[in-house]
Amino acid sequence: MAVLELINVSKHFGAIQAVNDVSFSLEPGEVVGLMGDNGAGKSTLVKMIAGNFRPSHGALRMDGGELVMHKPVDARRSGIEIVHQDLALCDNLTAAANVFLGREMRRGVWPFSVLDYASMYRRAGEIFIELKSETRPRDLVRKMSGGQRQAVAIARTMLSKAKIVLMDEPTAAISVRQVAEVLNLIRQLRDSGIAVVLISHRMPDVFDVADRVIVMRRGRKVADKVIAASSPEEVTGLITGAVEAA
Amino acid sequence: MAVTLDQTIEHKQHTFLSRLLGNQTFWVVIAVVLACVFLSLSTDSFATAKNLYNITRNVTFVAIVALGMTFVIITGGIDLSVGSVLCLSSMVLAVTMHAGYSIELGILAAVATSLVIGAFNGILIAYLGFPSFVVTLGMLSIARSLAMVASNNTVVFQFGPDHDKLLALGGGAWLFGIANPVLYMIVLALLTGFVMRWTRFGRHIFAIGGNEQAAMLTGVPVKPIKVAVYMICALSAAIAGIIQTGWLGAVTTNIGTGMELQVIAAAVIGGANLAGGVGTAFGALVGAALIEVIRNSLGLLGINAFWQGTFIGGAIVLAVLFDRLRNIRQSD
Repeated sequence: MAVLELINVSKHFGAIQAVNDVSFSLEPGEVVGLMGDNGAGKSTLVKMIAGNFRPSHGALRMDGGELVMHKPVDARRSGIEIVHQDLALCDNLTAAANVFLGREMRRGVWPFSVLDYASMYRRAGEIFIELKSETRPRDLVRKMSGGQRQAVAIARTMLSKAKIVLMDEPTAAISVRQVAEVLNLIRQLRDSGIAVVLISHRMPDVFDVADRVIVMRRGRKVADKVIAASSPEEVTGLITGAVEAA
Repeated sequence: MAVTLDQTIEHKQHTFLSRLLGNQTFWVVIAVVLACVFLSLSTDSFATAKNLYNITRNVTFVAIVALGMTFVIITGGIDLSVGSVLCLSSMVLAVTMHAGYSIELGILAAVATSLVIGAFNGILIAYLGFPSFVVTLGMLSIARSLAMVASNNTVVFQFGPDHDKLLALGGGAWLFGIANPVLYMIVLALLTGFVMRWTRFGRHIFAIGGNEQAAMLTGVPVKPIKVAVYMICALSAAIAGIIQTGWLGAVTTNIGTGMELQVIAAAVIGGANLAGGVGTAFGALVGAALIEVIRNSLGLLGINAFWQGTFIGGAIVLAVLFDRLRNIRQSD
């Protein structure tokens, strides 16, 4: 059964139709590449799945039930995790503090509950090892490399049992070796049964790791097909409009 | 595996010593200690019980407000209204008690006034997106004007039936001869330090100062926290005002004039960064202490009081210079 379904979803801001009548579904353990030019409606679509916007029309369904979200926290509660493009890290905090930001572990009983530093350091350390990243929980994010920062942002999605991970341009600003690391990470998420939505401009990354590609153009979904049945040339044509639909 | 989980978790970027030497607050402590040693040796009047009693008590009013200000500065904001809020809260306390009400009611009214003002500042800043500088600059003017309205710009020095209780609260020394204001300051500093280090709220204010957008995206309730922070800051001004009223035994509408600059100076000297994300409770106390020691020493050394501003201003620049030098070295 589909873990997430979008049914005829539209979103308009005043007279501007950002997303127009889009439907698709995500299966567990599937990597879907979401592509499209700037202004094609990708980010609006993603923000609806992330709980930032509510659709103007249409509905989201999760595991067969209707999913109504009012704010990003609702998405997280439903098992949707997002890795933001700028990673959303606080440079002045440690790696562990960033991983647990917004869901800090505490011990003791209210009003005497305090931050549980030891458990957060331990859990963050375990996740970094699981990610095969040389990131240390006590290090300040300010002093980290691009790859380590990625690892911190991705580690957040592994705190809870996520069903869907949305990754917004995770390979846009990092070195070639780090791209390979991030793609491996995506495969690891997939192998543990998580559905991954990869928003990317980079054709090679999508064709390397994705099972399926969805192309958006001017707010509409113009293609939704398995990677094996498509080609970078066709997708480029779909993005620019040289190919009408597929 | 070469590195075990425990080694990874235990790994720290700096040794204790290198962290200490790179810490602005540490150097300010050294400066305060050196100044005290120097003054004890060079003057007869510094290391007397009376002078030390005076210094410690004078530090407290700025220090208590600097604790509240540090919360605001850590989130990347500023509160210019603290001096006026201190005045208004003191005046509300004075007028309430002068009218014959009890000290409890007077304090309640003063605290409530400050919380309303803090909430007003905070809501405009957090929910309506006003720059904190502008809102609190406006409040600086409004709060002092309201204090004048409340008192008809007179001096209040009779506090009704609980007159003596109020004077004991601010002017007494209930524990080992330590001035009461100092006791309140220590308790409030410990509380502030605890909140900043050990609570989720404390963690979140640092996150907001570090990257507000990131805090928002990770589900930190940024707006309510910002409102709370301005309420805490105003509350700290009210607490200082109540204590100062008890100590002075009178309230004028001039009380707290220009105090916001001293308070901000104390926080900044103590290591708080106006860009947000950095600051400690201990730093606020140490910064306030340095300012007071400079002020006191100039008097004792017989230096013209007109020089005070130069020395305090120099201390601000020098303290931040340490931080800059460290950053320049790191970025190389």
